[in-house]
Amino acid sequence: MGPPRPERAVTDLSWVADVEFAAAHIRRRVLAHTLAHGGGYMSQACSAAELLATLYLHVLQLPPVGLPILPQPFAGVPGRGNRAYRTGAYFNGTPGPQHDRFFLSPAHYALVVYATLVECGRMDPAGLEQFNLDGSSVEMIGAEHSPGMEVMAGSLGQAVSVAAGVAMARRRRGDRGRAVVMLSDGEFQIGQTWEALQAMAFHRLDNMLVYADCNGQQCDGAIDRVMRIEPLRARLEAFGCRVAQVDAHDAKALAAPATWRPDGRPLVVLAQSDPCRGLEPLRANAPKLHYLRLQSDAERARYRAALEAMRHGEGP
Amino acid sequence: MQVCTKVHAANLVRWAADKPRVLVLSADLTSSCEADAFRDAYPDRFVSMGIAEQNMVSFAAGLAREGWMPLVHTFAVFICRRAYDQVAMSVAYANAPVKLIGFLPGITTPGGASHQAIDDVALMRQLPNMTVLEPGDATEVESVLDVMAAVPGPVYVRMLRGEVPRLFPADQPLCLDQPRVLSEGDDLSVFSTGICTEEALKAVAFLQARGLGVTHLHLSTLKPCTHPSVRAALERPRLGCISMENHLRTGGLGTVLAEAMADAGLGKRLVRLGLDDTFAHGGSRGYLMREHGLDAAALLRAASTLVGRPLHASPGELAAARTVALHSAARVEAL
Repeated sequence: MGPPRPERAVTDLSWVADVEFAAAHIRRRVLAHTLAHGGGYMSQACSAAELLATLYLHVLQLPPVGLPILPQPFAGVPGRGNRAYRTGAYFNGTPGPQHDRFFLSPAHYALVVYATLVECGRMDPAGLEQFNLDGSSVEMIGAEHSPGMEVMAGSLGQAVSVAAGVAMARRRRGDRGRAVVMLSDGEFQIGQTWEALQAMAFHRLDNMLVYADCNGQQCDGAIDRVMRIEPLRARLEAFGCRVAQVDAHDAKALAAPATWRPDGRPLVVLAQSDPCRGLEPLRANAPKLHYLRLQSDAERARYRAALEAMRHGEGP
Repeated sequence: MQVCTKVHAANLVRWAADKPRVLVLSADLTSSCEADAFRDAYPDRFVSMGIAEQNMVSFAAGLAREGWMPLVHTFAVFICRRAYDQVAMSVAYANAPVKLIGFLPGITTPGGASHQAIDDVALMRQLPNMTVLEPGDATEVESVLDVMAAVPGPVYVRMLRGEVPRLFPADQPLCLDQPRVLSEGDDLSVFSTGICTEEALKAVAFLQARGLGVTHLHLSTLKPCTHPSVRAALERPRLGCISMENHLRTGGLGTVLAEAMADAGLGKRLVRLGLDDTFAHGGSRGYLMREHGLDAAALLRAASTLVGRPLHASPGELAAARTVALHSAARVEAL
């Protein structure tokens, strides 16, 4: 599992540099967007840039995306009469039995996924300009029809259950592809998440791969101050999961567990992340990191300087 | 009148025999939801989910999205209350063909308020893309699965278990959005669903014996409800309409009819029988039907209100319902 994409020249670890390059650009795109709009889900880009870049550029076995790669306008909600409807999984390509399927659970990471799609050539950069505009499918909280999304996940805790159903369906069908879910660590406070993990272990869904962005943050502040989830690794293992704990900013470490031979247990990768990674000014906002709202001229100037530094490749 | 036992249990096994894409999901209530015979007949198509309905509903959505037909079996309260967000977002939004089979509707269980789904029709009817079906006898319990399977989206079935009477001939199946016209007359119109139809039949026979013309519709599809016979029956009676349902008197059949009346601009009285803004409690079905005005005697009281004179029956006068001869489909259309 997880060899370099076919179109890439197979030269040892060149993909790692690609991931690092893409991750830096994901942060830069999200920061530019946040500055332009006075706010954004910035810390999610800081914590998950390498994670999403590793998934899209290396771990996920996805077919090429079709054309066009410019997001189309909102085409209505699913329903019997709506023939124009399609999910945002379009941007992940039309999957065959051997391909993986990606499910984003924390739908407010949408902008980070959109930036990732741009970086891996799956979405036209102009798509980002449609973000949160009326009539656009590039929604602020990703919906089923938003680029890269396959299911309705805004109500946290549901996507992992849906993905587990997909994983069981695919196993019954004999597909080799996996169901790969990205979770946020706050979702380990939700009962349904544990219901899903319990069922995944019971039904031996080892064709599932769950990556959790463990940035220690949630809407009200630091997770430890809102509702403790530790000892997370021990809890997951007690539920029958196979657990890897890795540095969320190390592409090789992120990718390694995806190559493990399935052993009957669902695999959960706890990606320990820094919610301010690559953007030092953000540290001043702790513990309120969930959404960055730029309030003063001085603040805007600090972030503009950080963006300039990123553009000149000096690092923030 | 024939009373049948465990109709769904046997029917499900028979029905699913040639449908390999049908899976049954259960949350630790497999025998209680008459899915045990299916489990024993097709163990590889039975998916045990434990006491975890929220996961079960979203999980079923994943299966349905991949081309399987999951039949979620549990008590109606757990589908509609415990897992409502999951039903709304994982299932209804996606228009995923998950079939939700909810048992113990209304006061059909002595299990008390925690087990009695008195609000399920209201909750499910509200959801875009959702179809709501409520069988009222053994024939409909047997035929509801075909109707449910033919709907390309999510379906909620308010299912009956245990002893179920056969009110309608076995060769006259439940049809989507096709009310059964059980009698016709110009004075009153009675609309009933589920277990209330058996009671309504007794009361209507009594009213007819007293010289009143009564139109009686049994509705087994609560959403959609567009058949012209409904509007015709709302429009027709000289004295008014009565609805009768094993549910709160808000949000269910009575509300469906009131909305249809308002949409059509019909100025008719509508007496809505059902639980009146109250939870119920543990007790026998007969006791609870009397207490909450869901029995034949309650329908006579409602009719008295509309007719303007007392219509009291002694218990003996309310004959037991019998298998009713139905009008043909053509007559239904003609009403």
